[in-house]
Amino acid sequence: MLNFATRRFALSLLILFVAVTVMFLMIRAVPGDPVQIMLGPRATPELQAQLTAALGLDQPIWKQLLIFYGNLLQGDLGTDVFSGRSVTDIVFQQLPFTLELIFASILWSATLGIALGAYAAAHPNTLIDRVAAAISVSFVAAPAFVVALLALLVFAVHLQWFPAIGAGEGFWDRLDHLVLPAFAIGLSWVGYIARLVRASMLEVMGESHVRTARAFGIAERRVVMVYALRIAILPVVTVIGVGMGFLLSSAVFAEIVFARPGLGKLVIDSITTRNYPVVMGSVLISTALFVVSTALADLINALLDPRARTAH
Amino acid sequence: MEKSRSELGQIIVGVARDPLGLMGLIIVGVIVFCAIFAYWIVPYDPIAMDIKSRMQGPSTAHLLGTDQLGRDTFSRVIAGGQVALKVALPAVFGAMAIGLTLGMIAGYGPKWLDNLLMLFFDTIRSFPTVMFALAVVALIGPSLQTVVFVVMATSIPTYGRVARTQTMTLRNSEFILAERSMGASMSRILGVHMLPNIIGVLAVLAAMDIPTVIALEAGLSFLGLGVKPPTPSWGSLLKDGYSLIRQTPWLVVGGGLPIILATLGFTFLGESLRDVVDPKLRKQR
Repeated sequence: MLNFATRRFALSLLILFVAVTVMFLMIRAVPGDPVQIMLGPRATPELQAQLTAALGLDQPIWKQLLIFYGNLLQGDLGTDVFSGRSVTDIVFQQLPFTLELIFASILWSATLGIALGAYAAAHPNTLIDRVAAAISVSFVAAPAFVVALLALLVFAVHLQWFPAIGAGEGFWDRLDHLVLPAFAIGLSWVGYIARLVRASMLEVMGESHVRTARAFGIAERRVVMVYALRIAILPVVTVIGVGMGFLLSSAVFAEIVFARPGLGKLVIDSITTRNYPVVMGSVLISTALFVVSTALADLINALLDPRARTAH
Repeated sequence: MEKSRSELGQIIVGVARDPLGLMGLIIVGVIVFCAIFAYWIVPYDPIAMDIKSRMQGPSTAHLLGTDQLGRDTFSRVIAGGQVALKVALPAVFGAMAIGLTLGMIAGYGPKWLDNLLMLFFDTIRSFPTVMFALAVVALIGPSLQTVVFVVMATSIPTYGRVARTQTMTLRNSEFILAERSMGASMSRILGVHMLPNIIGVLAVLAAMDIPTVIALEAGLSFLGLGVKPPTPSWGSLLKDGYSLIRQTPWLVVGGGLPIILATLGFTFLGESLRDVVDPKLRKQR
């Protein structure tokens, strides 16, 4: 297990290293002088020279990369071009809002999806099974930002049940502000998870350890809940881990639609103002988040199901 | 050729027999028809402004109302479908071709090359799609080509990984061993023998990938980072509708429903295709 964890961790680090380097080189490879783009055509030469030196752009590229990694290892992601604040501070100030939204979305959709899927698998070909199947297929198709816009139109603007803008203050107000965006992000996951759990549940129910449990005379309810479901939710763990990228992407849109603070809003705002250090910092943090969550999903999988350890 | 045509016919018949597949086929058919004949279908010029009749609700003259510049929403929805397919089709086919080639090389070539290509795939996959798209748009500026490039780059790993797995399972099969023992070149083995066995699976993936691509294009255009105005796109309809959501809510509906419909159609079609072409795939997804 420890061996597997070390190897998985090393692979994640390697991927992250390549990804960050690629991103760094991409920014440097852009035609045109980044300083000129950032400051606009009317900047004085003195100002341009000052920013060039501040960003370290007068150094050779390999040295820039070394400096960048040196700073990164000290937790320094650079400085905001306009406000002069540390990018690390800015990003970590916005990150909790995004994490809160992603967590809320996955919590409600996974709970509902696992319940639906397990029930459908325990009672195959009943009405509820059919309804669940129809719901899964149709909701899988709905892109989060379209759902977010329609939800905004119907529930916030028209019916005025929920607030349309911001993240709120205090626990209940924040929860109130989370409902619509979390609904929009989670909707397509409910059906997806339900289908996944149903399929893997049906498979697990036929396996020998479940048969053995039944043969020992353990109550059917306990067999389903403890012996089958424990294995059957494994794919959900993997899918959520791998789906972190999708979740982050959906969160970007949900934050824009509902004018919520967060990583997504930060990236869009800094792109429109060409604030490259902030763009770089937020993309880097979200990539790291994604890589770590994929690795974690693999580790949890290996912990719960020893067979997965040898698969890599 | 005769044989492959009848195989294609069989696949279409198989899809049409499945109710969901038939529905997908019809929806996709309608969308493609509207995109091809958009010029003759639209009642108004989709980019012509008419300030006198701006922000009008749905009526018989304007089925889906007009926007803040007096442009006819229905015409923009139809023309937007054309843009959606113009982005989705080249991007998906490009990604499929590149992914297929790299995947086959990874699966058939030496181990070090395989490791290198897998690292490449894993690296691309490690960027959250939209974040990657935003970073690229920030660097090279928004345009239709940028969207196509981003979509291609982000979906190459999916095709590559599947092509690799398929190649690996095939490389030790008897007919490939026989061909190799007769001294066939690598390009002949890959092109003549492997390709026909892999392409079906990838085509299914492509059909299921198109909705993601359409949603990404619409999403970027919604953020103002996709196709440039005044080009009509479902995403830019949503953008206009969002900024004036109290005055012109029909724009949100007009831009949102086609995206959901297109996504549904291609998903149904893709799933039904998958069941017909290769039922074994069902487990993998």
